[in-house]
Amino acid sequence: MADLSINFAGIRSPNPFWVASGPPANTGYQANRAFEAGWGGVVWKTIGEPIVNTASRYSAMHLGNTRIAGFNNIELISDRAPETNFDEIAEVKRRWPDRVVVASLMTDTRENWHDYMKRSTDCGSDAVELNFGCPHGMCERGMGSAVGQNPEVIETIVGWVMEVAEIPVIVKLTPNITSVKHAARAAKNAGADAISLINTINSITQVNLETFAPEPLVDGRSTHGGYCGPAVKPIALNMLHECAADPGFDLPISGIGGIGNWRDAAEFLALGSTSLQVCTAIMHYGFRIVEDMKEGLSDYLDAQGFSSVNDMIGRAVPNVGDWQNLNLNYKRVARIDYNKCIGCNLCYVACEDGAHQCIDLIDPAGYGLGPGRVPEKFIPQVREVDCVGCNLCSLVCPVDNCIDMVELKSEKQPMSWKEYQQRVADGDMDPIPAHP
Amino acid sequence: MAIKPKLSERAAERNMAELEPAYRPQEATVEADRCLYCFDAPCIHSCPTGIDIPGFIKKIANDNVTGAARTILRANVLGASCARVCPTEVLCEGACVLLDRDETPIKIGRLQRYATDHAYESALPLLHAPAKKSGKRVAIIGGGPAGLSCAAELAQLGHEAVIYERHQKAGGLNTYGIAYYKMKPAVALAEVRLVQSLGVEILTGTEVGKDVPGDEILNCYDAVFLAIGLGATYSLGIPGEDLPGVVEALAFIEELRMNPLDEVAVGDHVAVIGCGNTAIDAATQAKRLGANRVTIVYRRGPEDMPAFEYEYELAKTDGVEFLFHTQPVEVLGSKAGGLEGLRMVRTEPDANGRPQNVAGSEFDVPFDMVIKALGQQKLGDVIAKIFPGITIDKRGSIERDFATGITKHGSIYAGGDAANGGSEVVDAVAEGKRAAAAMHASFTGEAPEKLVQTTRLGTPDGATGAGIDKPVRVVELERAFRAGEASNG
Repeated sequence: MADLSINFAGIRSPNPFWVASGPPANTGYQANRAFEAGWGGVVWKTIGEPIVNTASRYSAMHLGNTRIAGFNNIELISDRAPETNFDEIAEVKRRWPDRVVVASLMTDTRENWHDYMKRSTDCGSDAVELNFGCPHGMCERGMGSAVGQNPEVIETIVGWVMEVAEIPVIVKLTPNITSVKHAARAAKNAGADAISLINTINSITQVNLETFAPEPLVDGRSTHGGYCGPAVKPIALNMLHECAADPGFDLPISGIGGIGNWRDAAEFLALGSTSLQVCTAIMHYGFRIVEDMKEGLSDYLDAQGFSSVNDMIGRAVPNVGDWQNLNLNYKRVARIDYNKCIGCNLCYVACEDGAHQCIDLIDPAGYGLGPGRVPEKFIPQVREVDCVGCNLCSLVCPVDNCIDMVELKSEKQPMSWKEYQQRVADGDMDPIPAHP
Repeated sequence: MAIKPKLSERAAERNMAELEPAYRPQEATVEADRCLYCFDAPCIHSCPTGIDIPGFIKKIANDNVTGAARTILRANVLGASCARVCPTEVLCEGACVLLDRDETPIKIGRLQRYATDHAYESALPLLHAPAKKSGKRVAIIGGGPAGLSCAAELAQLGHEAVIYERHQKAGGLNTYGIAYYKMKPAVALAEVRLVQSLGVEILTGTEVGKDVPGDEILNCYDAVFLAIGLGATYSLGIPGEDLPGVVEALAFIEELRMNPLDEVAVGDHVAVIGCGNTAIDAATQAKRLGANRVTIVYRRGPEDMPAFEYEYELAKTDGVEFLFHTQPVEVLGSKAGGLEGLRMVRTEPDANGRPQNVAGSEFDVPFDMVIKALGQQKLGDVIAKIFPGITIDKRGSIERDFATGITKHGSIYAGGDAANGGSEVVDAVAEGKRAAAAMHASFTGEAPEKLVQTTRLGTPDGATGAGIDKPVRVVELERAFRAGEASNG
């Protein structure tokens, strides 16, 4: 069995799965339940001056039979007194010395940051996470994403924190920014030990078409909320990679955003996360989901021959880079497996109307009855000579492995756009003719 | 033993409740969301009326149930009854591509019922007849599915349609002859009202050839559509057939549809002669109405029965017994003039596969009710006398062009059971629709707009949207597919 334990900026955790700062990490009671279920760590719901919340706080985007493809909240930081939170952290750490508890913090002045840092350390927190990401409510008061969107302010506040830091400091970044790299670099410049990302994304999930008020509804009105859940995973992975691949940026990263199962977790690890934080999936299904995450990740690591989770961290990072370095001479085409094709023709209409018109509907004569159950019904066939290898047909195909994207061996040497530009400029080759 | 009502009202209603209840809204959206939304979908090809099935299912998934009903009813005005009585297993659902992926087709019939129920409950006017009329008038002889469909289509195309119906109610077998647990009579009658709402006049209790002469009809109208259905059940042709307690299957079904269920008389031990879908309907309903034993007597074997496989399964589940390779030779009466049972013989197939009675194999079984379900007689000869100029094929059906319904008499069209020899409700609807389209073309020189999914390359003639000639028997297709696979190695 592979070793799931990690060392994140000096913090040892029995596994990489942490409960993210949010409603599931609001109390000592919940932290206890999380640890009983097997979570490696809990990042406490953000501690600060207690706030007042609204009734109606969450909304969601459902997609067909899938409930909560995306999730939105307008809840603020902890509405409990800081001393209550710090006392409960101390109690939880006493009961679970081998697990990680991170105090998430949000405040304003230098004095207040110093005060919260000291109290976090005194209560036994393993680390602190500075909440520079919350995109609703707190940002209107100059905190949360209002800090995270300004690298200079990040650098200033992290600097204040580092003046008194005795435990590792993690900076949680907002995705509501043009390039997250600048925010990450600012955190590093100021001496932070690690970053975590992403916080939630500004969003409105839906509008009630009778009252014309968006959800979550607060007395006839709503506000821009923070978006999370499965739908944000691609955005989180992108920002994770941006930081992990940034030359010279070597801080450990705690990945957050749409992680719901072991496969999501493995993808975050491959793109450079060391620890993983989960919130929405817990809000949907409860703490019990960690069992499958740990088991699935462990079995995957065993199957791949990795002895430790650390062996796979960042493995995919070098395989993503600028478009200009991709090989223009690489060719792949779609191939339909007629033993699997069920005759839905979704590939045909997608290619015909939505892509490059290189699938024909042909007479199935010669294929016996052909796919599907109605004789004489035409079946899809890829015109390989025209196929641009875009993947669309294989993405819409509802049958696993029915449409394979097959690599065609090219006699041409690999050539990137950058090289192509150079060769044309040098007169070594003619420009590639435009597509008809 | 006695023929009498057996059950209380509550027990009868419970036993005869619909086999598949209506979907609740979330059940419908969950099922609808499974649909792949195929392009040029096989289910459409397999629907004789060419309903855009993925289109209406997508609308249900998108919470546009009114739009779903509109899609259905525009293609098939009897969409509510077809949702209940279509043999979907061998039509749309039998063609569903999901059968080849995970063996569970979309429940198209139940979704269609969900959408059409919504249309009738909301009473939204989904179909319209244009205000501007063509001035053309069509007489429709017979108010069953073919006649109603033809009339509704004509009305929507701006022509006047008048239905002559000899029964007191229109709807044909949908009103009088469908198993109660598949569809209650109210559904059929609501569809009749929908057709009337388009301006179609229905003259019930009016028999053409008796109350109105054929030549008068021809003189008064621009075209005639013959949708007279089939006639009486074939007789057994054996002694004792006139005894009380011997009834026709359709008469038995009509009685239970037209009367309170707790007033319908059934025997203790009922014999049903024949093994088509109507025989199964009669047998299962007799059982559900309280008959102690019901036995289907069939002169061939189970592999030869005309009834669909799932109808056979339903009868077995209901406890109906089967006497295969058995032929009644006499209905036995008592001295008091009552019914005592059947004398029957065993049969064996001859060299041509035809069942032959086995000499000396006679045996008697007591029954107190005998239901004849030998199929219905063709009315071709009768109608040809009323409308000279049409021709009748050797099976007794009206000869017509399949695509247009036109007969040898250039102003007379025909469709439904009278023309196709006896088929599904949906086939009758399709034939009525096609005949209306052909009449429209002859009146105006224009083809009506076709609801088809187009492709850049076109599709084979006749299939998309137009429906196919006969139901797709999935079992046969699978056999053909496997044979093809085997021969392809």
